[in-house]
Amino acid sequence: MADEYLLTVNGEPRRIAPGSSIADLVASLGLDPGKVAVERNAEIAPRSTLADVILTDGDVLEIVHFVGGG
Amino acid sequence: MTDSAADTLAPDTWTVAGRTFTSRLIVGTGKYKDFEQNAAAVAASGAEIVTVAVRRVNVSDRNAPMLTDFIDPKKITYLPNTAGCFTADDAIRTLRLAREAGGWDLVKLEVLGEARTLYPDMRETLKATEILAKEGFLPMVYCVDDPIAAKQLEECGAVAVMPLGAPIGSGLGIQNKVTIRLIVEGATVPVLVDAGVGTASEAAVAMELGCDGVLMNTAIAEARDPIRMARAMKLAVQGGRDAYLAGRMKTRRYADPSSPLAGLI
Repeated sequence: MADEYLLTVNGEPRRIAPGSSIADLVASLGLDPGKVAVERNAEIAPRSTLADVILTDGDVLEIVHFVGGG
Repeated sequence: MTDSAADTLAPDTWTVAGRTFTSRLIVGTGKYKDFEQNAAAVAASGAEIVTVAVRRVNVSDRNAPMLTDFIDPKKITYLPNTAGCFTADDAIRTLRLAREAGGWDLVKLEVLGEARTLYPDMRETLKATEILAKEGFLPMVYCVDDPIAAKQLEECGAVAVMPLGAPIGSGLGIQNKVTIRLIVEGATVPVLVDAGVGTASEAAVAMELGCDGVLMNTAIAEARDPIRMARAMKLAVQGGRDAYLAGRMKTRRYADPSSPLAGLI
């Protein structure tokens, strides 16, 4: 097993320890999981499952929130 | 009290997809100087619904202020939009994320055809409306000012149709009052003018045509004093609505004196 996995988070490369969940990633970014939504490899990751989904090398994640807009 | 006076004082509400609102003004949350000004403008507008966009979290600046810290989603209904989406697939993907982020199924769908005019792509818009409705979303849909397209959207599951008055952000006012009126006459869901209103009188025009509401962003955000303009829009929407309900006088080709002719000295 590699020491680190390489993810793409919001278009930018990011390293994470193997065995980390999506919830771990969200916490490491300092984000409130109640205020964001996560898409993993083009599939929605339901909030209730964030702690259960273990990330794998090469995963592509989008983490979004609400911003001002018309 | 007469029946007429009771009617005049009765609360005037509108209902979209089973949700009832008093304010007929929906405001955007883009283009403001800062969140404080934005929140003050929302308060001054009396709006109960604000549109919001779905965008990537800034992972490098985690302390950036968030909209939800200034406009409380428990008090104001957030209406997630699909601004910037040019295909049905992109819009659907965006709204699935919005539903996950906020739990809201009432959404604003817009699928754009080109960047220059931001005119809606109705083929993609109809496709997205149908899929979203099947997935349990309640789409309020930005569309062309075309009465046939508006009916087709209703058939696809739109819970409100929102024709443009003029291109997004143009402030040109309602360019085709005839088509807006035809959409209102034919619709069985709420009709809101979305886009094109530039100043208060134009919001009143939309309401006088019988629209259920008006959605705007730039007209308030780019006013010299956005908070005062927000209040002006609130009053204009109320005034236009009352004028519509009151029923305007017939126009005449020539003068008709208001003072009696009898008893002139």
